Amino acid sequence: MERGMYMRHKEAVIIGAGPAGLKAAKSLCEAGASVTIIDRNKDLGGQLTKQTHKFFGSEKQYASVRGIEILKILLNDLLEYGTQCEILNETSVVGLYHDKVIACVKDDKFFKIKAESIIIATGASEKSIPFENNDLPGIYAAGAVQTLMNQYGVKPGDKVLMVGSGNIGLIVSYQLMQAGVEVVKLVEAAPSISGYLVHASKIQRLGVDILTQTSIKRAIGKEQVEKVELWNLDETWQGMEGSEQTLEVDTVCISVGLAPLTELLMQVGAEVMYVRELGGNVPKIDHRYQTTVKGVYACGDVCGIEEASSAMVEGALSGIHAAFDLGYTIDDEKRKVKALKEELKFLRSGPHAAKIRAGYNKLGVMI
Amino acid sequence: MRVNQHPILSFDTKEEITFTFNGKPMKGMMGDTIASALHANGVKKLSESIHLKRPRGFYCAIGNCASCNMIVDGKPNVRTCITPLKEGMRVEFQHGKGHVYET
Amino acid sequence: MIEKTGIPPREMVKKEFPKDERVLINPKAIIECYKEIPCNPCETSCPFDAIHVGEDINKRPVIDFDKCTGCGICVFNCPGLAISVMQLKEDKALLKIPYEFIPRPQKDALVNVVNRSGEVITVGLVKRVQEGKKQKQTALLHIEIDRDFIYDAITIEVPHGQ
Repeated sequence: MERGMYMRHKEAVIIGAGPAGLKAAKSLCEAGASVTIIDRNKDLGGQLTKQTHKFFGSEKQYASVRGIEILKILLNDLLEYGTQCEILNETSVVGLYHDKVIACVKDDKFFKIKAESIIIATGASEKSIPFENNDLPGIYAAGAVQTLMNQYGVKPGDKVLMVGSGNIGLIVSYQLMQAGVEVVKLVEAAPSISGYLVHASKIQRLGVDILTQTSIKRAIGKEQVEKVELWNLDETWQGMEGSEQTLEVDTVCISVGLAPLTELLMQVGAEVMYVRELGGNVPKIDHRYQTTVKGVYACGDVCGIEEASSAMVEGALSGIHAAFDLGYTIDDEKRKVKALKEELKFLRSGPHAAKIRAGYNKLGVMI
Repeated sequence: MRVNQHPILSFDTKEEITFTFNGKPMKGMMGDTIASALHANGVKKLSESIHLKRPRGFYCAIGNCASCNMIVDGKPNVRTCITPLKEGMRVEFQHGKGHVYET
Repeated sequence: MIEKTGIPPREMVKKEFPKDERVLINPKAIIECYKEIPCNPCETSCPFDAIHVGEDINKRPVIDFDKCTGCGICVFNCPGLAISVMQLKEDKALLKIPYEFIPRPQKDALVNVVNRSGEVITVGLVKRVQEGKKQKQTALLHIEIDRDFIYDAITIEVPHGQ
């Protein structure tokens, strides 16, 4: 690996170019700051790159527009700022130090960036669950399958078992069918569906049975999945011997929640706290999205697992605060912040957001 | 295994890319990652666990879980799920942890 | 039931229809948004101000059948594909549904119509396949069915593994 010759100095660096990071970039550019966005993928957009469904929310969060189209809008917004917004794609951040030095690798070259302000918008990674042979090829995270088929146009297999009835599990089931893949069943360990009922109804009427209090007991196969064994769970979530049924599938999609990607926050010395309701370890942020390290902010799923709509609003807010702390004056700052907070309030006030509210309560953050 | 027609997306016929997997020539498409091209060719086993040598495919597709690490052009531990496929790439199955190399 | 399977029982569905069936002589939107979620494009897309959600976008939409013209704009704007349009035509009924699969059925084709459990219940006739830029790749299918099935018909069967 070659080493870069010098340390680059940058004003505001955003790590992660998903919905939160892109919105943060826009706020900062708008205020006049120069921005560098780092992402390890070639294509910017994070999970938006493969979200073919129309978004929920209100017009302010592009409701009724498909995720892939929202991404075009967000990228177009940034194009306006030209070189004020630098993009380092296919760049991995491999270290983050207390003095805001960011160690990066791009094209096999190592270099460092010294930033005045850092926004961490690294998102989250999909969890797995324990069962026999859960590591066989053919067993993939549901979002990963969504990437494979919607971004790269490759089918994961012919017959799929979906595990988990959260919004990702329900939405990816529908999108598998749109790609011409059969979804054989959807199983959910809990006694009821956890995602939006409209998504559940959408796949049920297309013939995908949703089985609650059911889980995967084991996968069967040598080099890849050939079959799976399901079983029913009792009230204490234990598998019931004798209730097993076998399904022939070549793919299992695991959609059992996500965990925030907080490694960089821990490296930089930001305090994190385990909050189950938010998905795992999350940074202790204040109401301005600043972590316990001055000048380091966090927004989006890395602060707690939510919908992309909320991530966009959080991104916009953290960008405004970071710009202010850099010394920029933002037109109409108070009104903008208030309006964005109002958006978040409504996104988080329904029954589906009860967990989020409880989580932030534990964290001691006013949202 | 490619999506031929889709109600929302258009996967226009793109330029083909030739690469090798364990010396065997394969074809991918412009825009593919190494892992997506292999999957389209029916290759699901991308690595193996270090101690028990159990077969592993990709899992997260965001460059995080290391389940898709392979040797690419002689370099071990390449995250094939986020690395774009390029013409003439030599992709090899990686046994064990990979070894230190010099460029 | 619906919380376990995603299938709303018939009584639940009927509550979303006009109380007086004769109202359906004109086409009306049937909104099946049974649980509060933060979403309001049905309200903002309606050109006739017939759907109300309100400031708190988590509230369930309420439709005013006097104002609704059954135009179908909310059908392709609903991200949950939870709206259809129903109209009675003597012993037949016309159902307008969102459709996001290919190939699209052809006009005059006979299609298998399914209920909310995904079971085929009858055969319908495709009267029109409406597509436009504003629909953002969600087609609107106009399907003629027997009047007996108005509370059961919800979409058409999608062939597996196209």
